Amino acid sequence: MDAPSTASPTQNADEAIEATGLTKRFGDRLALREVGFAATAGELLAVIGPNGAGKTTLLSLLAGIRTPDAGTIHLPRGEVGFVPQQAALYRRLTVAENLRLFARLEEVDDVEASVERMLVQTDLADRRDDQAGTLSGGNQQRINIAIGLLSDPAVLLLDEPSTGLDPRQRSRLWEFVLGLAGRGTTVIFSTHNIAEAERYAERILVLADGQGLFDGSIEAFHAAAPTAAGEAAAGDFESAFVRFLAEHGH
Amino acid sequence: MRWLLLKDLQIMRRSPLVTGLLVAYPIVIAVLIGFALSRGPEPPRVAFLNEVPPDTPLEVGGESLDLAGAKSELCDRIECVPVSSEEEARQKVESGDVLGALILPADLVDKLQSLAGLTPESPTVKVLVNEEDPVKAGLVDDRINSLLAEANLRISQEVSNVSTSYLQILLNGGDFSFLGQGIQVLGLKRSEQILRGIRGQLPADSPDLDELDSVIRFSHLAAENLGAAGDLLSSVSQPIKIDKEVVSGDTPSLDTFAIAVAATITLMFVTVLLVAGSLALEREENAFARLTRGLVSKSALLGEKVLLGVVVAVVVTLLMLAGLGLFVDLDWGRFALWIPAIILQAALTFGLGLIIAPLVVFFRDLERAVKLILRLLFYASPIIYGLTDLKKLHLEFWGAFNPLTGIIGMYRSAFFPQDLNWFAVAVSAGMTALIVVAGVLVFRRTIRTVLKEI
Repeated sequence: MDAPSTASPTQNADEAIEATGLTKRFGDRLALREVGFAATAGELLAVIGPNGAGKTTLLSLLAGIRTPDAGTIHLPRGEVGFVPQQAALYRRLTVAENLRLFARLEEVDDVEASVERMLVQTDLADRRDDQAGTLSGGNQQRINIAIGLLSDPAVLLLDEPSTGLDPRQRSRLWEFVLGLAGRGTTVIFSTHNIAEAERYAERILVLADGQGLFDGSIEAFHAAAPTAAGEAAAGDFESAFVRFLAEHGH
Repeated sequence: MRWLLLKDLQIMRRSPLVTGLLVAYPIVIAVLIGFALSRGPEPPRVAFLNEVPPDTPLEVGGESLDLAGAKSELCDRIECVPVSSEEEARQKVESGDVLGALILPADLVDKLQSLAGLTPESPTVKVLVNEEDPVKAGLVDDRINSLLAEANLRISQEVSNVSTSYLQILLNGGDFSFLGQGIQVLGLKRSEQILRGIRGQLPADSPDLDELDSVIRFSHLAAENLGAAGDLLSSVSQPIKIDKEVVSGDTPSLDTFAIAVAATITLMFVTVLLVAGSLALEREENAFARLTRGLVSKSALLGEKVLLGVVVAVVVTLLMLAGLGLFVDLDWGRFALWIPAIILQAALTFGLGLIIAPLVVFFRDLERAVKLILRLLFYASPIIYGLTDLKKLHLEFWGAFNPLTGIIGMYRSAFFPQDLNWFAVAVSAGMTALIVVAGVLVFRRTIRTVLKEI
């Protein structure tokens, strides 16, 4: 059974974010068509799809960078933190100065306490006085995420967070992100890396040409994807993903 | 905005290239201009009009004076620019082509020669000076006065020699030529001797003795006093008078011109460098989307960059002027109009930025075109020349509609007071307001598409 093109939001007391009927148009091009989903506290949701599917557009609507032409976003429990694909921090400022600057711009109550908390969470307290530009790509990405967490958001949006990182840096990054989810932060991330989505996400939202094609667990996706001859239902996820898209004309 | 400003200043401080440039720039400019201004003065350009008919001999008391040699000596000390009429000389002084003019009238030689005659007249030369530049005008005055003092000394010596020879004849007797006829003069001393001889021959009770004694006493006193008159005559030292006329003009001195250009270009250079550089930094650091996601409004972000550029540019310019102050005297009180000028310039830059920045995203080549257009506009703006210069081309009214005209005029007024044109300032303020409103409208209409593009 195919998943509905627009995921139905579920009404749940634990819900951290709920989006319904999100539509976004750029000129003549429809970037998103009535996409909807809901995520609960501490949930890890991966948004996957081919290039131009609308992943970044969806995250930018959820982050408030852009406004949807139609649809609503409901945040019952607080703020959304946004972490852009490339580290958005100042390389000539130190780790602590970056965190302090954005904490002040976020107008958090206790700036120094927030900075200390993030330094501990990112495990970078001993490098607090190092300029961000001297850190590895993985550590820069951790600071990037920490900046997104300064306002202590209920939902964290990560736009392709592991792009450009080596396997070791990716592993440390996901360890950090899993820790956040474990502490109750809802994490929604977009990725091209299907294996990464399979490995870390609890649920996936598949987009293609701005349309929501699937919203559910990895197991449910395997079940929904057509099986190749001689392959078990729970076979290679990437192949299943390609077949799924092909079946839907993408 | 305060935190962003502090952040940008901190990043600047840690960027060796930018910091080095901002420190080195005012030093290099101040030193270069300072040395250029404090080097030895070049001969001033002076228009020279000689109305004395050519080949007119100049003789004073039988001594021939070399008029051509005097002109050659004059032109060794100043750069003589020959002119054919007083009107031409005046035009050159007014236009600033020359710093002054020296006019020798047609009757100069006759009057000079009359000094050694019995009916002396006072010869006069005319000097036109443009005192808009007091330093250079002073230099011209000094050169001309010095040359005339030398000429006066030589002439007065000749006049004195002639007068002394006449006195010697009166004193000691001799031959004297007047209207082509030779006259023999007895002389006061000889007269006294003759009278004393006659007195010795008169009887002691002669009634003429008293009168004769009176004449002898007069001859004696006259001879003694005329003997001292030679020294008195030699002290007469200024036979040639100077008729000086100050011609108003609008030509600035090299000093003020150089400082004005340096200050204006520094302000513009540093402002543009920092606004463009700090905006590029936000883009390079991928921070633009993060900042404008509710943390800072887009207008506030642009405003902060303009403020950063203006603040640093003013500091750098003041440093440069302080450096120049070591070489030339600066009247700091005349810089008050720079404050409204800076505010207007910041608003104008802000408005233009709001219009151009989104368009550059859609038309990448526009970035190069803007550089080219800015270069052309630089020459079309009264930066290295004044609005008053456009008056000569009858473009003063239209020139005021360049929004930079009034602003630059306020900057230039610190150096050239005549460049302050309140009409141009009002037009600049009005056009700046229009450009800011247009900029806000363009920016609001395009920003969504711009964000998608970048």
